[in-house]
Amino acid sequence: MHNIWILAKRELQTFFDSLIAYILLIAFLGITGFFTWILGSDIFLIGQVTLQPFFQVAFWTLFFFIPALTMRMIAEEKKTGTLESLLTRAVNDWQVVIGKYLACLMLIGLTLAATIPFYLVMSWLGPMDHGAAFCGYLGLMLLSSAYISIGIFASGLTNNQIVAFLLSLFIGFTFLLLFDIIATSVSGVLGSLIHFLSFSAHFESISRGVIDSRDVIFFVSLTFLGLILAEMQLVKRNVVG
Amino acid sequence: MDIQVNNLSKIYDSRAAVDNISFEVKTGEILGFLGPNGAGKTTTMKILSCYMAPNIGSVSIGGHNILETPEAVKQHIGYLPENNPLYHEMPVLEFLGFVAELQGVPKTQIPHRLKEIVRMCGLNREKHKKIGELSKGYKQRVGLAQALIHDPQILILDEPTTGLDPNQIVEIRNLIKEIGKEKTVILSTHILPEVEATCDRILIINQGKIVADGTPETLRNAGQGEEILKVQILGPSLNDAFEPLLKIKGMTSVDPIEGEGRYQLIGKGGMATREAVFRLCVDKGWVLTELTPIETRLEDIFRELTLN
Repeated sequence: MHNIWILAKRELQTFFDSLIAYILLIAFLGITGFFTWILGSDIFLIGQVTLQPFFQVAFWTLFFFIPALTMRMIAEEKKTGTLESLLTRAVNDWQVVIGKYLACLMLIGLTLAATIPFYLVMSWLGPMDHGAAFCGYLGLMLLSSAYISIGIFASGLTNNQIVAFLLSLFIGFTFLLLFDIIATSVSGVLGSLIHFLSFSAHFESISRGVIDSRDVIFFVSLTFLGLILAEMQLVKRNVVG
Repeated sequence: MDIQVNNLSKIYDSRAAVDNISFEVKTGEILGFLGPNGAGKTTTMKILSCYMAPNIGSVSIGGHNILETPEAVKQHIGYLPENNPLYHEMPVLEFLGFVAELQGVPKTQIPHRLKEIVRMCGLNREKHKKIGELSKGYKQRVGLAQALIHDPQILILDEPTTGLDPNQIVEIRNLIKEIGKEKTVILSTHILPEVEATCDRILIINQGKIVADGTPETLRNAGQGEEILKVQILGPSLNDAFEPLLKIKGMTSVDPIEGEGRYQLIGKGGMATREAVFRLCVDKGWVLTELTPIETRLEDIFRELTLN
């Protein structure tokens, strides 16, 4: 546990040293703020105090930002060879993967926390559904968690950061849109199964304020799946070299 | 801590990079790993440092099998990988602190250890810079520092002196020798004088197999069994000296070389040859002004063993 924290701390530090963290914070606040407060469909036009538009924009912004965060996690270490020195220290593969995952999750958590003033201003403006707001944030965190683990897995597949970025974007795209589209044209059990795999369906129900254990389990198990696959990528060095 | 390697094999795409090697390194021994490029040095080191698992065979370090308890073993190993990979965006001190923490140096001792290692590796002037900004030699020092920071019992160094200037090379060699007094050191290198200068024992591997194992002296003796002598004999002309010299028992060739009355003699007799040369000169009344045994160079042995 202690090792995971040391690893995560270093990764987080690297985000701030390399300006990635600042760029993410500013861009995320800029984009979501613009769509929430200024653009046409903002709350002043609807005349309703709700964070729904914010959650929608945040959802899509994270869709592009998370692969940008995770792409270097393993790919860069593979390329520069630091993975070798890292894995020969007194840590195991799991700790490395989880440390990296936690660092990304903490950064996303920090970014989302920076939007809490949105929530505060809105609850000052009018009656606010606090439960729905909480659920929206929870949904974003769950979604990010699953997406980060997919991103780290994609990063472990290659030593090229661009490839890792595109791969995780592609996997994310599949879960976000493709399954949704396919599900509408497939009926029966298969249709509902594919629909169940879609990110947006799960996210929408959570962000509406309904915490269904199935949605939570979906994101949590996807997180674990991603992390397990990422760890398997590291173990593969024993076979392939 | 000692290292025991038993029947180790590692196969890449049906080609054996390391082919059934066994050896042992005792505490306080500095083992030099020699071999041409692609001989399997780095692969062996990667296995010893617990980065990769072997296909066949076992390694035990201090009595622990590295496959069963890698974490227990890794704490005691300091490893400098090939090409010295480092986090270039991190400042030197921060990086070394991170490594110390990961390797289990108690938190209260970290500042003290950092100070010591920075002094030991001569990093004081550069300690606040980012690693990426350092010159190659300083990066190499950081690489050594990160391997030494937790005061490991076993040190595995893959080409530790690449990129260093001659002064630094001497410093680092002395450092390795100093460490090697109490600890177990394995180092690989291409530079043969380096092995002679630092190592107690040499292991030459070629195509994944051990082809020689021993101290530099025993290797030299086993290398050819021939001895080269340089002599200077004043008095006789070339023609007069040539015949009697060649008739000495075990002498295989006599070549005149630069300088008045100087010859290079190649023979098999060892001490007996030198004695015979001296007696010959005494008998004939020649003046022997030089008699230098030239050692068989390690380079020759290396080439002999690894050229296929």
